[in-house]
Amino acid sequence: MSRIGVFICHCGSNIAGTVDVARVVEAARSFPNVVVADDNKYTCSDPGQQSIKEAIVEYNLDRIVIASCSPRMHELTFRKMLKDTSINPYMLEIANIREQCSWVHKDIEAGTVKAIDLVKMATAKVDKDTPLFTTTIPINKRALVIGGGIAGMQAALDIADAGYPVTIVEAEPSLGGKMVMLDKTFPTMDCSACICTPKMADVGSHPNITVKTLSEVEQVSGYVGNFEVTIREKAKYVDYATCTGCGLCETKCPTKVASEFDQGLGQRKAIYKPFAQAVPSKPTIDAAHCRKLTSDKCGVCEKLCPTKAINFADEDKLTTETYGAIVVAIGYKLIDWGALYGEYGGGRYSDVISGLQFERLVNASGPTEGHITRPSDGTEPKTVAIIKCVGSRDPEKGRSYCSRACCMYGAKHAHQYLDKVPDGRCYVFYMDVRTPGKGYDEFYMNTQHDGAVYLRGRVSKIFEQGGKLICKGEDTLIGKQVEVAADMVVLETAMVPADAADRLGSMLGVTRDKDLWLSEAHPKLRPVETNSGGIYLAGTCQGPKDIPDSVAQASAAAMKVAILFSKDELESNAMIAGSDASLCNGCGACVNICPYSAITLEEVTRRENSRMVTRQVSRVNPGLCQGCGACTVACKPGAMDLKGFSDEQIMKEVEALCQW
Amino acid sequence: MSVVDEKWEPTVLAFCCHWCTYSGADLAGLNRMNYPANIRVLRVPCSGRVNPQYVLTAFNKGCDGVLVCGCHPGDCHYVSGNYYAKRRMMAFKRLLEYTGLEPERFQVRWISGSEAGKFRDTVVDFCEKVRALGPYTGGAVSLSEGLGAGAELGVGAELGVGAELPQGGDAQ
Ligand SMILES: Cc1cc2nc3c(=O)[nH]c(=O)nc-3n(C[C@H](O)[C@H](O)[C@H](O)COP(=O)(O)OP(=O)(O)OC[C@H]3O[C@@H](n4cnc5c(N)ncnc54)[C@H](O)[C@@H]3O)c2cc1C
Repeated sequence: MSRIGVFICHCGSNIAGTVDVARVVEAARSFPNVVVADDNKYTCSDPGQQSIKEAIVEYNLDRIVIASCSPRMHELTFRKMLKDTSINPYMLEIANIREQCSWVHKDIEAGTVKAIDLVKMATAKVDKDTPLFTTTIPINKRALVIGGGIAGMQAALDIADAGYPVTIVEAEPSLGGKMVMLDKTFPTMDCSACICTPKMADVGSHPNITVKTLSEVEQVSGYVGNFEVTIREKAKYVDYATCTGCGLCETKCPTKVASEFDQGLGQRKAIYKPFAQAVPSKPTIDAAHCRKLTSDKCGVCEKLCPTKAINFADEDKLTTETYGAIVVAIGYKLIDWGALYGEYGGGRYSDVISGLQFERLVNASGPTEGHITRPSDGTEPKTVAIIKCVGSRDPEKGRSYCSRACCMYGAKHAHQYLDKVPDGRCYVFYMDVRTPGKGYDEFYMNTQHDGAVYLRGRVSKIFEQGGKLICKGEDTLIGKQVEVAADMVVLETAMVPADAADRLGSMLGVTRDKDLWLSEAHPKLRPVETNSGGIYLAGTCQGPKDIPDSVAQASAAAMKVAILFSKDELESNAMIAGSDASLCNGCGACVNICPYSAITLEEVTRRENSRMVTRQVSRVNPGLCQGCGACTVACKPGAMDLKGFSDEQIMKEVEALCQW
Repeated sequence: MSVVDEKWEPTVLAFCCHWCTYSGADLAGLNRMNYPANIRVLRVPCSGRVNPQYVLTAFNKGCDGVLVCGCHPGDCHYVSGNYYAKRRMMAFKRLLEYTGLEPERFQVRWISGSEAGKFRDTVVDFCEKVRALGPYTGGAVSLSEGLGAGAELGVGAELGVGAELPQGGDAQ
């Protein structure tokens, strides 16, 4: 038999004005197992709390009901109060007789009857309350950053500067991501390499950072504070411990391959560093193109290497380590416009290039040493058309969203072209010009002053005629068809999620939105957290953005990691699901339904009907469960229940309302 | 409905999720809105916590109307709980109607924490309709007892994470 105390608050006249508190107290005294019922002018005040504490001792109470304002207001206050008493803080129910009663009903009779009902329900529920306890989860203060673009690097540097060890896993042979491919960056036009490569070097030499390039996350298990991560470091065929990065191997390698870094506009060797300032500053062998590895011929690099660092027998290495937090920063890729936009030649015209290719063309260390020339014949284009929103804001063929950076880098490209080819003409086809950001609109205006001609409308077709690329479109401002005969066309294409986003998202329990961008926990208030505790997002993997936004988000994610790591242990939620092994039939319905991957099937051996039986039952991980209760409804045998909102409690509330 | 006792007041139970509808109801209070006192809110963490069995019990024990309210699709605090609720409750509603329950007595609504007005309007409208129908004397609802019922009815178990989650689109 429980011993319940019920305490009704007047909240001054807030409650007492429209609810007859004395009648509610009187009614409460008649409810089963209620030992004492009393009222209070302000229950949350110090004297109010004191009188409850005294009643707990005097009447030897083991649980209480407080009828007052919303539990969203003071449930925590009263739980804290109970910490100083003999009662477990979860042996408490609140009847909301203010926000949902006295404040919304003017009629005293109706309000009082309802208040009595609400107290009735709370009393029925508290009768079935059980003591709940939080557990503590240890935190491994080591962070994993997946992706080494500007966002990943910034996050890693901030976490490392806060004093915690960080591992960066980067899929490519070097850090840097897209930013290091860019020539200059809007709106200040500082050279991208000048601000990006020092960051790369800082990451590479930071005592708290371990860089794993040509690596991918293979498997993740565990939960906040305790992620077990298996990383595959692909074979590089070069021993980085002995390689000095002298580059002799690269100069003598006979095999040339189109350079990924130069977006196919230049070439690299089969043993290569993707670009001069790569970090780590050591080469890797591209196994698919190396003559030695494909046909056992050549091996010239091995013969030449002064430190004997070449190892053709190198293999992928798998390592498993524990991390407390994970920052995902895998960035974006550009939409495959060739496959989608046949009307732009679908990739057939070599002088129709992407924005990223333009960045390499205009870059002083790029394949043309910064001379803007046509890929087809190496001549300087005198007329350039820039087409924005290729794949963006195009729900039919591409994506419905705006890629956010293209209006600005489109203006940047126009500016750069007119700067380098002063007698050239530049046309920019646009749908809208979106330039919110510090100094952004001024930058766009300057580009117009430079002489860029902005034409509002989509280009419907590009075709070759007399050595020119004819861009047919409409100028919607004058309502006329226009044709631009261009020597080169630059397509500012949509950002889309990185290839790994979907797989990594499901591995980490991070949801993807309709376009497969990784989803933050709340679009406004929790922009870098995810729904999985201890996993954070930085940069464009969350959605299209420019460098300033990527960096800001990365530092925010790093701060979240530092906050997590500032404690030694984490208190888990007490109100979580739990499965009764004796009822569980191991069907696994709960496993599939859990949005946090908090439930697993586990083999147990237990005594059943005086026999030892080994079978699968579900187990809830207290570190991962958030207490939503979705699993409880899916459970056929009724084994799964939610602490604090148990089936029995809710049914008792319903019963009390109808039948007491 | 048969002749109704003049003093009869409908008993209306609303299962409201903590994060959206319950806080929307609190906001209605903060704004001193007015709505019928017949409504009794039962707080649950998530609309996905509501077992169809609770709804059955409510009708069997004497409720005249039941509401299940949660966050708008896409806004669930627990990622996907309201989608589970939507599918379970929609399937379950058809079943209840098949047993003879008037559709107006059981409704599912998505009300956010800022939609105090929508909460009030929903309660006003719902209570009015239930009052017009008179007391629930059905008893038609006599489906299997026991808490596996929701799953037993096939309206829960198969809704794995892979289940297609409709984007947008509101039950009401
Ligand atoms: C043509 C063009 C011009 C631009 N110009 C500007 C400009 O002037 N100013 C500006 O502010 N912004 C500009 N941007 C936008 C800018 O590129 C991005 O904002 C920025 O690069 C985003 O950085 P990030 O780190 O989020 O992503 P990324 O640069 O894409 O970096 C992601 C990193 O993660 C790695 N990765 C991917 N998958 C995995 C995996 N599974 N495991 C491990 N690693 C992985 C990638 O290899 C990459 O190194 C431009 C974009 C384009 C296309």
